[in-house]
Amino acid sequence: MWESVIGLEIHVQLNTKSKIFSPASTNFGAPQNTQACAIDLGMPGVLPVLNEEAVIMAIKFGIAVGSEILDNSIFARKNYFYPDLPKGYQISQYEIPIVSGGAMEIIINGKSKIINLTRAHLEEDAGKSIHDLYPNESAIDLNRAGTPLIEIVSEPEMENAEEAVQYLKNIHSLVRYLGISDGNMQEGSFRCDANISLKKKGSTTLGTRAEIKNINSFKYVESAINHEIERQAAILDRGDSVVQETRLYDPSKDETRSMRSKLEANDYRYFPDPDLLPVSISQELIEEIKSNMPELPSAKKTRFINQYGLSEYDTIILVSDRELSEYFENTLKDSDLNPKMTANWIITEVLALAKKTYLSVKDYPVSSEDLKYLLSNVTNETISSKQAKDVFERMWDNKENPRDIIENEGMKQISNVDELNKIVDNIIKNNYKSVEEYQSGKDKLLGFFVGQVMKETQGQGNPKIINQLLKEKLKK
Amino acid sequence: MNKETIIKISDLAKIDIKDDQIDDILTSLEKILNLVDEMNSVNTDNVTPMSHPLNLKQELRKDIVGASDERELFQKNNKHTDNGYYIVPKIID
Amino acid sequence: MHNKTVSELKKYLEEKKISSVELTKHFVDRIKAIDPHLNSFISLTEEYAITQAKKIDLEISKGKIRPLAGIPLAQKDIFCTKGLKTTCGSKMLENFISPYNATVVEKLNDAGMVIIGKTNMDEFAMGSSNETSYFGDVKNPWDIEYVPGGSSGGSAASVAARLIPCSTGTDTGGSIRQPASLTGVCGIKPTYGRVSRYGMIAFASSLDQAGIFTRTAEDCAILLTHISGYDPKDSTSSRKDVPDYEKECKQKFTSMTIGIPIEFLDGLDNTVKEVFEESIKVLEKNGCKFKKISLKSSKLGVSAYQVVAPAECSSNLSRFDGVRFGHRADNTKNIDDLYKKSRSEGFGQEVKRRILIGTYALSAGYYDAYYLKAQKIRKVISNEFAEAFKEVDLILGPTAPDCAFKIGEKSNDPIAMYLSDVFTVSTNLAGLPAMSLPMGFKNHLPLGLQIIGNHFDEAKILSLAHHYQKITDWHTKKPKLSGD
Repeated sequence: MWESVIGLEIHVQLNTKSKIFSPASTNFGAPQNTQACAIDLGMPGVLPVLNEEAVIMAIKFGIAVGSEILDNSIFARKNYFYPDLPKGYQISQYEIPIVSGGAMEIIINGKSKIINLTRAHLEEDAGKSIHDLYPNESAIDLNRAGTPLIEIVSEPEMENAEEAVQYLKNIHSLVRYLGISDGNMQEGSFRCDANISLKKKGSTTLGTRAEIKNINSFKYVESAINHEIERQAAILDRGDSVVQETRLYDPSKDETRSMRSKLEANDYRYFPDPDLLPVSISQELIEEIKSNMPELPSAKKTRFINQYGLSEYDTIILVSDRELSEYFENTLKDSDLNPKMTANWIITEVLALAKKTYLSVKDYPVSSEDLKYLLSNVTNETISSKQAKDVFERMWDNKENPRDIIENEGMKQISNVDELNKIVDNIIKNNYKSVEEYQSGKDKLLGFFVGQVMKETQGQGNPKIINQLLKEKLKK
Repeated sequence: MNKETIIKISDLAKIDIKDDQIDDILTSLEKILNLVDEMNSVNTDNVTPMSHPLNLKQELRKDIVGASDERELFQKNNKHTDNGYYIVPKIID
Repeated sequence: MHNKTVSELKKYLEEKKISSVELTKHFVDRIKAIDPHLNSFISLTEEYAITQAKKIDLEISKGKIRPLAGIPLAQKDIFCTKGLKTTCGSKMLENFISPYNATVVEKLNDAGMVIIGKTNMDEFAMGSSNETSYFGDVKNPWDIEYVPGGSSGGSAASVAARLIPCSTGTDTGGSIRQPASLTGVCGIKPTYGRVSRYGMIAFASSLDQAGIFTRTAEDCAILLTHISGYDPKDSTSSRKDVPDYEKECKQKFTSMTIGIPIEFLDGLDNTVKEVFEESIKVLEKNGCKFKKISLKSSKLGVSAYQVVAPAECSSNLSRFDGVRFGHRADNTKNIDDLYKKSRSEGFGQEVKRRILIGTYALSAGYYDAYYLKAQKIRKVISNEFAEAFKEVDLILGPTAPDCAFKIGEKSNDPIAMYLSDVFTVSTNLAGLPAMSLPMGFKNHLPLGLQIIGNHFDEAKILSLAHHYQKITDWHTKKPKLSGD
């Protein structure tokens, strides 16, 4: 009876070296207030000057989502009082943002849907208020104040939590691909607010919406949205109206609650910031940035499928993280490894271990070079696949060198046909009952024989040759 | 412009207006607005608003870190700091 | 010594006829003796000044002579001076010691000037009479029952009283020119963007400009060269080249066509009109051609200004919240209480009034009718000036509609106060340069002549002013001071 209408506002911290309007550093984790210069502190008489890199990053994003880059965009002041907002206003963009329009494709159950973007604009981040350090006071750290953000606003075109999460993940992947943000939700460099309203099925009249803030993981996005949809449905079912308000998501209780401080609608009194001038962006600049764009997820996906013959499923996984896709291609480079086999290996073995230890690609203990070496030895049959898995675990857990393991521990596969023949003959001789059963049609018993031979060879027998020999010798 | 408006804008501007001051403020603000209303004697329908007197464009600063830690200097005369934090009465969200 | 111009003092110091320390002490003593009657200084930076002066003397002895080495200077207390109190005339910043220098301060320090003190001003530069300062009224040296004008009242009065050969000021709606007119000194407001605003506590960002008070146009030109120029720390500063204004203004005067706006003479006080017309006659006899022009919308400037300036200042002053610096109220219950009490205790009446008007003008539902409309009027005014400058080199008029008024006479009537800026505000709205210089007296009180130029035409303005001062002597008249 109710349809949900969801729009997302994503705040992405740009990873410039210095702040958007001041030359202070943006490094994460510095001691409180050691990276807040006079401009970030809103001291008397100081003035903002725009960081070129922030503009370039915003343009990169705009190009990547196919939006219009607006010339002469204007910075505006959003006025309100809060201790982590030193000037008593946030410098943002209002009437004329730097990026307008654009779109992001999402795939739900194999079907493509386009979510349109309203706009993306540049603004400065606020500082941090910490409420649990002192019993009766709050502590303010302004290191973060002035960090550049782009706020990406979607049209309210998502219809459920799944679409919202997909959209969010794709934007997340994109900004990491572009190298404009590390997209770290835990550290706060990628933040999502959701605007949710319900309308009667089939109606075009939008309902009153509530804004949910403080969602800092993909999992919570899903829970928060679903919870809010339930909450609003319950209200509307009763015949009551939804209040337009801002709510905080509380993950420990899995519920949203009203934000006390934002109970009254704030009048932000936006006006163009007189300390800053319109940002002129030439076609030349846009073309230059366009020509230096990295390969984007969608293009890479198409290329992987065509160039490497990978399945869509596998490709989506590899392409989801730019560094992972590069790890994959670096493993393949200058080798004769089979792409499908390599992809499979990375998806099953590498990602399994990475997930266990929560590592991101740049911290993998096994380099693509070492993985290439390992897998090459499987391809040329020096070692078996099973052996490779064991070696890989040791490489990952103990940082052991695969060359040492394979050479020195004599892990080389036994591929000598005479040697294997002797063992095969032995196994056949000692298992005549099973041989009879196999010859009378129980094909599955081949695996038993292979297993027995492998046991005899301590797992180092070349399974392909063993299979071949057995098949021949077991023929009636 | 009435009493309620004054209360609302003084809250937005975080300025305390005592009850006995409201009438005075109201009177002077009304006078000022009358002066301001004279602007309406000119038709400006086809005029673009001017934010800056000169037709300049925003200069862009290279992305280089150029500030150092001056926390001690900035907090020197502020006794409402602790361990480098600025301290305010507890805020409940 | 205190009757010498900057130009003359330069020579004295270079020729070692006097040392910087001696000169500094001379002015410090003079200020101590006379300023208690005028209250033009908020702080006297004697120790700092002597230290600077000693450094300069050492440099001069080694043959290194900076362009303005050893010249004493007073800085309006709106400019942040590193290590020194910067109060902006307000209780809010009563004990604020700035951790950095404004660019204007930095430039004049680099030129070798010695800061003797910080001058009194209307609180946060909001006022036209220097009656809103937390540190008390400034008196007009010509008659201490009269105002010196504002907001740069202290800077103007101190130069008029020869307590200092030159001082800095700021002009948002006339705050340099009007006090210059009322105290009989020269005051120049450059083109918007000519001088950096970095470190100059902001009142109305799109209107504020730093400028200079001196007794002669030549001195103005000398100092203007040193404070002008692009500053990468101020996005609104201009990259246009800075000429040697002193050289430019001293070149042989060639004829100029000067426009007189008929609206400026409309309903003008009789004495002011007479004195003004006398100045025109003098200039006409000395190579100037005059033409009547019309600036139809100039009088609307006051209305537009009373929206734009409060709107911008209501936002600029939000940073004064008691959290990181400045006045903080005691015993506050919560953050809202902290903000309201600190700001209400720290700000004076006029500042509060303007913040409220500005907040209202920007608020939902009123933005179009007020702020946007005012920015459109601004465009109309600018266009009218641009049209006028197609036909004339400069525009002339009286700086203020009348001479100084008595202290207290207009302080309860904000509208009357605002109207005293009627001839000056439109130049701020259009970002044009303008200067006031003495042109005569009404009774015993000075009157000022305003020269308005097109963008970046300061050289033309100074050239006419210098020429005028060669054929008149109003700028040499001195007030009689008690304690002198």
